Amino acid sequence: MTTATLELSPAPDSWMAVCEEARLTPGRGLAALLPDGRQAAVFRDRAGRAYAIDNRDPFTGAQVLSRGLIGTADGRPFVASPLLKQRFDLETGRCLDDDEVTVAVYPVRLT
Amino acid sequence: MTTPTIVLVGHGMVGQRFLEALADRGVTERARIVVLCEEPRPAYDRVQLTSYFSGKTPDDLSMVEDGFMERHGIELYTDEPVVAIDRAARTVTARSGRTVAYDHLVLATGSYPFVPPVPGKDATGCFVYRTIEDLLAIEEYAKTATTGAVVGGGLLGLEAAGALKGLGLDTHIVEFAPRLMPVQVDEGGGAALLRTIEQMGLTVHTGTGTQEVVTADGSVTGMRLSDGSELAVDMVVFSAGVRPRDQLARECGLDVGERGGIAVDAHCRTSDPAVFAIGECALAADGRVYGLVAPGYEMAQTVAGVLAEEEPGDGFTGADLSTKLKLLGVDVASFGDAHGTTEGCLDVVYADSRAGVYKKLVVDGEGRLLGGVLVGDAESYGLLRPLTGTRPPVSPEQLVLPAGAGAPVALGPSALPDDAVICSCHNVTKHAITQCASLPEVKKCTKAGTGCGSCVKVIEKLLPKAADQGLCGCFSYSRSELYEIARTLRVTSFAALLDSHGRDGAKGGEGCEVCKPTVGSILASLAPAIGLDGYILDGEQAALQDTNDHHLANLQRNGSYSVVPRIPGGEITPEKLIVIGEVARDYGLYTKITGGQRIDLFGARVDQLPAIWTRLVDAGFESGHAYGKALRTVKSCVGQTWCRYGVQDSVKMAIQLELRYRGLRAPHKLKSAVSGCARECAEAQSKDFGVIATANGWNLYVGGNGGATPRHADLLAQDLSDAELIRLIDRFLMFYIRTADRLERTSVWLERLEGGLDHLRDVIVKDSLGLCDELEGLMAAHVADYQDEWARTLDDPERLRRFVSFVNAPETPDPTVRFVPERDQIKPDLTILTIGTLEGASR
Repeated sequence: MTTATLELSPAPDSWMAVCEEARLTPGRGLAALLPDGRQAAVFRDRAGRAYAIDNRDPFTGAQVLSRGLIGTADGRPFVASPLLKQRFDLETGRCLDDDEVTVAVYPVRLT
Repeated sequence: MTTPTIVLVGHGMVGQRFLEALADRGVTERARIVVLCEEPRPAYDRVQLTSYFSGKTPDDLSMVEDGFMERHGIELYTDEPVVAIDRAARTVTARSGRTVAYDHLVLATGSYPFVPPVPGKDATGCFVYRTIEDLLAIEEYAKTATTGAVVGGGLLGLEAAGALKGLGLDTHIVEFAPRLMPVQVDEGGGAALLRTIEQMGLTVHTGTGTQEVVTADGSVTGMRLSDGSELAVDMVVFSAGVRPRDQLARECGLDVGERGGIAVDAHCRTSDPAVFAIGECALAADGRVYGLVAPGYEMAQTVAGVLAEEEPGDGFTGADLSTKLKLLGVDVASFGDAHGTTEGCLDVVYADSRAGVYKKLVVDGEGRLLGGVLVGDAESYGLLRPLTGTRPPVSPEQLVLPAGAGAPVALGPSALPDDAVICSCHNVTKHAITQCASLPEVKKCTKAGTGCGSCVKVIEKLLPKAADQGLCGCFSYSRSELYEIARTLRVTSFAALLDSHGRDGAKGGEGCEVCKPTVGSILASLAPAIGLDGYILDGEQAALQDTNDHHLANLQRNGSYSVVPRIPGGEITPEKLIVIGEVARDYGLYTKITGGQRIDLFGARVDQLPAIWTRLVDAGFESGHAYGKALRTVKSCVGQTWCRYGVQDSVKMAIQLELRYRGLRAPHKLKSAVSGCARECAEAQSKDFGVIATANGWNLYVGGNGGATPRHADLLAQDLSDAELIRLIDRFLMFYIRTADRLERTSVWLERLEGGLDHLRDVIVKDSLGLCDELEGLMAAHVADYQDEWARTLDDPERLRRFVSFVNAPETPDPTVRFVPERDQIKPDLTILTIGTLEGASR
């Protein structure tokens, strides 16, 4: 059985392969190293949708968002930081618990 | 016009209620109020007096809100009994010589314990049971006594007997009447009570009086009874009823009743219109002296109304004598015409002498409820008492049958009429209660539930359901409800549970960071019982675990992990210590001894965890579950084997317990300890379950905690054998897992548990819910099913794939996890994380 490959766009007009879709447990994330040394957190939800945001937790500086639990709040997908539990919208990168804070969002696709 | 002076003599419960009633009516602003009281402390809750022996302090029992006297400008003199009243001059004189002039005098002197005039009644070792000072004296004397007798098998007598038993004495109860509590219960109720009380190890002598207290050198050595028998006892507590304290009134020429009590009219006025009498010292207009607090409160209200110059109402013309009590852990209630004295009345009786339950309802020919007696199970008292005088909506037999027997009883508090009196202490109706939104509000606005407290359960049912008790935005069920749902329906997946039992908007969604780990923990706790693999990281379960469980290690602030191998009981061989040292050295880990007698290794990158654990597992270590809401450690002292004070092998027991409960997932972490003697070096009383050795076995303590909200554990059971100890802990842990809220430690759970320690003991020692077999079965399944999580993870390459820093570069370590030196070890390099912050800001 072949599965789709999850790709991520680290910069406009550029795509890179991250992993086979099946590597991602639905509801969990993994970290990916980007070509310029940044890190992304990629996730897959129950419905099979994929998301990617910056892996760095802006509140602590640690590269850990990929290890957070994802959930749904008011119909929107989020990840909760595993360190101090702030939640980030997976589609906009906006922090749900602090209006001032946003993390980068990366486009993803399955090929 | 000068400010009038109101003098109150006596500051008991009724006196304090009178002051509050004056304050409520603004009388305290218009009058000078002086209180003279004999006891050395302000009013306290005499009804709950016995709870002093279960840990309540005199301060806990106080009835006076902080600052009450100051706020209302009331002058209170304690330790200052009035010794004379001069009605002509309108003054009272206290023991110190203080003389106070009054415009209105209110006598609330209460009653004194009746001591039968038998020889030896004043010997050293004879006590009464009325004040906190009496209890302090009993407690002190009991330290040198082994056997005690209580004269009087009424309400207070049984409380006193319970207290003596609790102080470790062999206890006798001597009651002149043919049954216990003759005033409140009938023959059948007395028999049920007798059986239960005898089962508790108390010796009851009914139908016999006290003829003499036998003494030697002025101290009690025994008792001679009217049936000729003799008891060897070291102390005697007289609790044979009370008499109104009307001495002051007699001496100043006020009318008193033939059998005592200061005669008053319906407005509690004595034969001198400037003098009132309220509470137990008063002989009410209906010719009775009331020894209960509720009628006293009503009298207090009546007099406060008179002094506030309110429109006079009917005043106090008589009171309901209904009572509900818990005596020695046994519920006893009587209400209305409990003895069936109404002409033509009929009984409906349910009796189960095995369970010590006796219930009798008295009804008239038309089915109207007239009264009743409940012993052993008075749960329905709160409903039945307000129904007195009405024709209940269901048949009387349904009202006495235990829940679950026969047809279900569809009778709830909602069936009560609006004018039903729910709180008889404060005469509060259902209507008044339903005007409030919460229990605290009810207590504040109506005082309902603040007297004897027996109506609180009914009040709670009358109030709108408290704010959403749901676990989170995804579930309206609490954790314990979800546990029951998963267990009974054998739900084995989070998605299935969310889609079937989630809130409407949450079904089909992802859940959230609150419910996912909670359900993950429930499924792990129940795994063997619902046919699920206990390994928590396969399939959907992997997605539910908090990051620590997901990596079987503890995430630290810079994204690195710490590793804690299990060291059962804190006992470790030199070889194993060397392995830990070598692993730490080879991987450059920071090492620290934990509070739980093991070793924490910090600074491992996620991709190093499998290699580190391979070495630890090879050396015989297992996961310590430091990352889980699960059993952490069972600490121990060195015990009898080495210690000259030890009385049991505490290390062996600690290891046995730690190995038995390792891996058990719970609502929160679980800590334990075993001490080898009463010196308690292992600090077992600060643990969720703690064990202390005795000469005869083990004492089990539960619900302790250290940390930010320390709580001393409660003693659950004493002198247990090894097998008994383990069986009780099995039940305790499984009952906790079943009923606790998310992240609720046993200490908080036990505080919240309705009925507290008594209820816990009923359920897991006496098996009152018939649950124990099932609880033990669940634990047996857990023990049989246990496998080391780390060993299982290392066995399967698929499971190891998660332990990479980057999914697209498995060989590359995370470059932001770096360390700098500190005291010859490492610490996280936080500057690299800060640099990241600046980079992040520039993007």
